[in-house]
Amino acid sequence: MKRHLISAADLTRDDALLVLDTAEELAHIAERPIKKLPTLRGRTVVNLFFEDSTRTRISFEAAAKRLSADVINFSAKGSSVSKGETLKDTALTLQAMGADAVVIRHGASGAPHTLANSGWLRGSVVNAGDGTHEHPTQALLDAFTMRRRLNDGKGDLEGRRITIVGDVLHSRVARSNVLLLATLGAEVTLVAPPTLLPIGVETWPCQVSYDIDSTLAKSDAVMMLRVQRERMNASYFPTEREYSRRYGLDEKRMAALPEHAIVMHPGPMNRGMEIAANVADSPRSTIVEQVTNGVSVRMAVLYLLLGGSEPAVTTTATEENAK
Amino acid sequence: MSTYLIKNAKVLGGDAQDVLISDGRIAEIGTGLAAPDATQIIEADGHVLLPGLVDLHTHLREPGREDAETVETGTRAAALGGYTAVHAMANTDPVADTAGVVEQVWRLGQESGRCDVHPVGAVTIGLNGERLAELGAMHESAANVKVFSDDGKCVHDAVIMRRALEYVKAFDGVVAQHAQEPRLTEGAQMNEGTVSGILGLRGWPAVAEEAIIARDVLLAAHVGSRLHICHVSTAGSVEIIRWAKSKGWDVTAEVTPHHLLLTDELVRSYDPVYKVNPPLRTAEDVAALREGLADGTIDAVATDHAPHPTEDKDCEWAVAAMGMLGLETALGIVQQTMVESGLLDWAGVADRMSVRPARIGRLDGHGRAIAVGEPANLVLVDPSARRTVEPSELASKSANTPYAGLELPGRVAATFLRGVPTVIDGKLA
Amino acid sequence: MTKASPNSGSRPSDLDPASARAVLEASDIDRVVTRIAHEIVERAKGARDVVLLGIPTRGVALARRLAERLEDIEDEKVPVGALDITMYRDDLRLRPARALERTEIPADGIDGKLVVLVDDVLFSGRTIRAALDALNDIGRPRAVQLAVLVDRGHRELPIRADYVGKNLPTSQREKVQVLLNEYDGRDAVLLGTRGDAAPVPPAATPEAK
Repeated sequence: MKRHLISAADLTRDDALLVLDTAEELAHIAERPIKKLPTLRGRTVVNLFFEDSTRTRISFEAAAKRLSADVINFSAKGSSVSKGETLKDTALTLQAMGADAVVIRHGASGAPHTLANSGWLRGSVVNAGDGTHEHPTQALLDAFTMRRRLNDGKGDLEGRRITIVGDVLHSRVARSNVLLLATLGAEVTLVAPPTLLPIGVETWPCQVSYDIDSTLAKSDAVMMLRVQRERMNASYFPTEREYSRRYGLDEKRMAALPEHAIVMHPGPMNRGMEIAANVADSPRSTIVEQVTNGVSVRMAVLYLLLGGSEPAVTTTATEENAK
Repeated sequence: MSTYLIKNAKVLGGDAQDVLISDGRIAEIGTGLAAPDATQIIEADGHVLLPGLVDLHTHLREPGREDAETVETGTRAAALGGYTAVHAMANTDPVADTAGVVEQVWRLGQESGRCDVHPVGAVTIGLNGERLAELGAMHESAANVKVFSDDGKCVHDAVIMRRALEYVKAFDGVVAQHAQEPRLTEGAQMNEGTVSGILGLRGWPAVAEEAIIARDVLLAAHVGSRLHICHVSTAGSVEIIRWAKSKGWDVTAEVTPHHLLLTDELVRSYDPVYKVNPPLRTAEDVAALREGLADGTIDAVATDHAPHPTEDKDCEWAVAAMGMLGLETALGIVQQTMVESGLLDWAGVADRMSVRPARIGRLDGHGRAIAVGEPANLVLVDPSARRTVEPSELASKSANTPYAGLELPGRVAATFLRGVPTVIDGKLA
Repeated sequence: MTKASPNSGSRPSDLDPASARAVLEASDIDRVVTRIAHEIVERAKGARDVVLLGIPTRGVALARRLAERLEDIEDEKVPVGALDITMYRDDLRLRPARALERTEIPADGIDGKLVVLVDDVLFSGRTIRAALDALNDIGRPRAVQLAVLVDRGHRELPIRADYVGKNLPTSQREKVQVLLNEYDGRDAVLLGTRGDAAPVPPAATPEAK
């Protein structure tokens, strides 16, 4: 693995499988009376959050703490950052405090990339969501969830059909998922109104459709993306009602899914908007599971980046096959 | 007054000749010239002699951002880049929207003595696009402003643009439009295309430039005015300008060196040194711009030299300032992209970097033929030299060059401003 | 030597083939496993509360074989599992992060049980130290014992085995390699010199036993 996790594209197939397999092992820790491993004792993980995201932050915090790392939460609100301190000075401060890893959530696309490549700090940088760019650990936990539900927790997602519906244009979750799922061999279809698809999406390793109903019957998993409130008044679509009618997942649409198919959402949800309440609460929904799995996956990422003298070395596919 | 004899210079890339400079003018051109009383004899050794370069688009940052550049440091950079005249853009602080500010900039240029500085006046007060600035007063000032631009911002209101185009006809002025439809580029961070989609950076679509250019060439035709388009960056813009020129309308355009070379693929590094407005475009756009410059659709190379202090570039992409240095590397980029590719000869370079920009800016003393009796505004270029761009060695006060570490062809050996060397042996005189 | 997947198969050998000689053959291993099973029954007075935990990779296969023998002897199912000690190693920071092996604790857990840890080679003792730490986070056994196929000496911690298949005096420069049918297609214990000339500190080479 690379030293940082900035983009899902940083992960080779072997890297991704290593993370998922490791997470699968670590998931058992949560079932034990003592949910803690000594592995990262003495290591410092900083959660550097320039955007509010309680669920992502506590997920990383739980992951780091279960590995016995010291966790420092650095929230931009009410800190020196809100007084105009630059990312650079913040990074230099964290370096001076001896951060072994910085988990960064930032509103600007590319901020984690800049942090990792600037030379401002030596530790590993883990992207916990940057602007409308990427959110690689979310994609990993989504893939982990799909693999558990669809593949018995093993192997890749070769040939699995995944439909991702909603605001792809502004979604870091969609970007990371498309990249990772393609790496794992899945067939991804993005469904959105044309206004919420980025220019150039035809070059992505996926299919694109404007019609949710034509994709559901052959989907193994359907992932609903959150529609941000601020999009609703910017003419990306006429009304909430129309969006919900054309792109929302209601019970009728859920019934069109194959028997085994699962319904996913990265949260937080707009119930009644992109997903009907009954769908979100149905047994097919993995929404709560995704949260649980997030901790295991983030433990795996932190362990593989920080657990050794350097990030985990992945064997190549050919060596793998030779065994 | 001093006398200089340049021996064996290829005038506009032609046959080697000797050029004698005396009293600020070209005194003699021929072979085997002798000047026993010359102050200095410059062995040109086959270097190319061009008229001093004229930049239509320079940000000297003074007044207001003297931490980024001053007229003094900017004109040093200009001289080293082979320029004898630059147009200082109006987006200073305070904005150059009054006779007072343009006269201040003009005077600072006079004091520097290395390069003529012609202030550009703002079209609208405070660049706000709402009310015309006192264009006539700026023209009548000591700065004698002929070029007006809200550069950095687009004169987006069609009525204001029409009025400005009409109004400057009274004194043969020109409006230089920064073509950027504001609604289509709200929060824009880079070219809208495949790369922006992947990087999750908000796009600056080509159509936002092309739509304004299309509107403005029609407006200029309607009111019978001159129009100049700043920093054309897309293939579509080239097409529209080509069409407008085919109609015989008085439309001119410029392209920056960086748009002739760099593409939006570089943004994948999220390195803010590549953040510029208009943004770096695609390889197809670069090819169309080179072609447009070669066939004369685009009249001029203009640097859009935009210095920024380190802290405005040593940060995350989203908060970084837009713009890159250009004065000291422009000629090398043009040599690499246009001359070495066979698209332009040296006479063509002289036309696009001196003759036409001087004509657009109505600068009488610049962009002249290299002929006896003409003002000795000259630049001597060694096209065979190569150099690696080292930001810390640039004369500009800032270091935000996108070419750091890049090897560029050509070297400015000497620059003469009205017969006085501002650069000699590649160094400031 | 880091593996991308858990329970990976045969290890790429760094044993110099020219020097390798078998110190235990398949029949020897078979006999030794049977003997250890009998010893466990004798010491534990039956196998009623015995839980066998193999340390991956080859300890797991040995634990399964032991369980079979115990069942033959006692005619009773013996819980067998696997205990990965990777996250408890004391040399994590000396090498790149490595993939985890599977930990499988039998359904009834280990509280109040007699846990017999099973490994192929006992060397520095650091693996067993890590295993004891790992056990500590899983439950509280009545007692913990250790069974190994080969004890090659050179202990760095005060740890000893309760059941030893073969005591094998070795030099630090030598390497012991256990081959098991489940992974390697044959049963044997090989002794030879290292393929790579440079001696590596034992703590940093847990695989090289």
